Amino acid sequence: MNFWEYLGNRHQQLLADAFQHASAVFQCMVVATVLGVLIGVATYRSEWAGNLATTATATLLTIPALAMIGLLIPVVGLGVPPTVIALTLYGLLPIVRNSIVGLRGVDPSLVDAAKGIGMSRVTRLARVELPLAWPPILTGIRVSTQMLMGIAAIAAYASGPGLGNLIFRGIASLGSKNALNQVLAGTLGIIVLALLFDAAYVLIGRLTIPRGIRG
Amino acid sequence: MAETPATPGPGAFGATEASAATGTTAPASRSVGATIELEGLTKRYPGSALPAVDNVTMDIRAGETVVLVGPSGCGKSTTLKMINRLIEPTGGRIRIGGEDVTHMDPVRLRRKIGYAIQASGLFPHMTVAQNIALVPRMLRWPAARVRARVEEMLDLVGLDPGEFHGRYPRQLSGGQQQRVGVARALAADPPVLLMDEPFGAVDPITRDHLQDELIRLQRDLHKTIVFVTHDFDEAIKIGDRIAVLRERSHIAQFDTPEAILTNPADDFVSGFVGAGAALKRLNLTRVRDVEITDYPTVTVDDPLQHIFNRLRAGGTNEILLLDKQGRPYKWLRRGDLMRAKGSLARAGTLVHDTVTRDATLRDALEAVLTDNTGRVAVTGRRGAYEGVVDVETLMNSVHELLEADRLEAREAQHELEEQRAAQTHAAQEGFGGEAKA
Repeated sequence: MNFWEYLGNRHQQLLADAFQHASAVFQCMVVATVLGVLIGVATYRSEWAGNLATTATATLLTIPALAMIGLLIPVVGLGVPPTVIALTLYGLLPIVRNSIVGLRGVDPSLVDAAKGIGMSRVTRLARVELPLAWPPILTGIRVSTQMLMGIAAIAAYASGPGLGNLIFRGIASLGSKNALNQVLAGTLGIIVLALLFDAAYVLIGRLTIPRGIRG
Repeated sequence: MAETPATPGPGAFGATEASAATGTTAPASRSVGATIELEGLTKRYPGSALPAVDNVTMDIRAGETVVLVGPSGCGKSTTLKMINRLIEPTGGRIRIGGEDVTHMDPVRLRRKIGYAIQASGLFPHMTVAQNIALVPRMLRWPAARVRARVEEMLDLVGLDPGEFHGRYPRQLSGGQQQRVGVARALAADPPVLLMDEPFGAVDPITRDHLQDELIRLQRDLHKTIVFVTHDFDEAIKIGDRIAVLRERSHIAQFDTPEAILTNPADDFVSGFVGAGAALKRLNLTRVRDVEITDYPTVTVDDPLQHIFNRLRAGGTNEILLLDKQGRPYKWLRRGDLMRAKGSLARAGTLVHDTVTRDATLRDALEAVLTDNTGRVAVTGRRGAYEGVVDVETLMNSVHELLEADRLEAREAQHELEEQRAAQTHAAQEGFGGEAKA
């Protein structure tokens, strides 16, 4: 059976896996974005708190994905929980860092003007600082997503969902008839998903970055 | 503190009434200026021995434009930002329109105070209309009123609402951005407008235009404006009164431009005024304030013989030839007509420059010097001839003005010294009393 026949035979299974993969990454990204921006908002105004947040998330990233999931299994069990927790933690770094950089990069004279015309702290953040910091934050989200696409494959180790299952099955049965096809299909599927997501982000950028600050 | 008599003085009230009376004629706006009283205002940053702003006391009348001017780092900006509490004072009191705002909710306070800063401070992700609408929206004006107000404000600052409404700040020139900045500051019709070097970042020609615009606006609106600049010429042009500040925002002199130019309080002020104080004084007086004399004129329709007769009869060397609409056209000298063989078209020298009654004496002097006839024609509606101002009149007027200024300033200085003496006395007494208690 060559690769194309394999795809034709198994396309339903493949699509289901791809959908699960995408859905896991998407949901984790939503959580990571909310958490990441919140951490950024909470820490950007203080030098040490911002640096602490960036360093802490960077340290998380140095833990090998396999080890992280392995360590989570005894705590939260197999399946979806370790996958979601691991992906969310890995997704944080680019978002936290870009939120802090973006918020700190807002022209101080604009913040001064916002205060001066009587905006409260919350209004200032919602109407001025976050919209102006949005382009770098969106870039952070994009980078995070690309990263999570790959890392999500490892979730299969904890019996998690997604295209990783194909890759692990293929590796486990190397030498058998469909082993290579499985690994190839899993890998290519992840790449295609990553490209689709990236295209979606370009579109989101077009729709959400105001015309006045679009480069 | 409680014993400090909080009397704003009769002058402050007088000004309120005066500006309120004139303010009723202002069509674009409902609220006119409020008084601002700073009382012993102090800002001390932790970790530095000397305060950044030390004990500033200043009474600003309703509807007047006060310019804080001083070298960079003198604390003038800090003083300004304490009025809307962008910088919290560590001591002293601020009263606006008689109301103590030192401990008022700063967000609410700032919505009642217009604020315009250098480089406009417009939000780049919002359109011009959205920028202007910000404060009215925060004050929860109904949408229709906000919309109407935005159009009105654009109109007020001389920008076509239809054209500029939907533009983003980066699509505007520096001068246009600054106008929108002023429109935003005035949108909610605040009685007080704070301007922090608003024209510092635009080119000199645009700055000149913007200053003229501000003066025009203020003539209609009668806001209380506090304006910070390091440019003394700008201060003279805009200010009803100028406070020259030295380090730590100590007031070196607080007086009318005329008084500061003619009678600087000390070496610091005169150093800051710079050379050419008398020349700068010329900017403060209008042609309408000096004597405009009549001058023999003829029109192009007059027969040549008549022109000859006038030239001979008049005691002057020259005669002013007016065109059909009565506008100054040429200066004719006695010999000119002879040399041109009786042809008016070739005779005489063209009038290069005329001034209106609203022009400053400086403009007039400039025109006199370029037109080498020793005088300049003054024109009225549609450029029609009204009279001339000659160089002697100018010289005499300036002389008289300077003399009068000097007298006035000396009196004012005297009063100030007496006041200061009284204050010092009161302060010493006050401290003594507290120490005992």
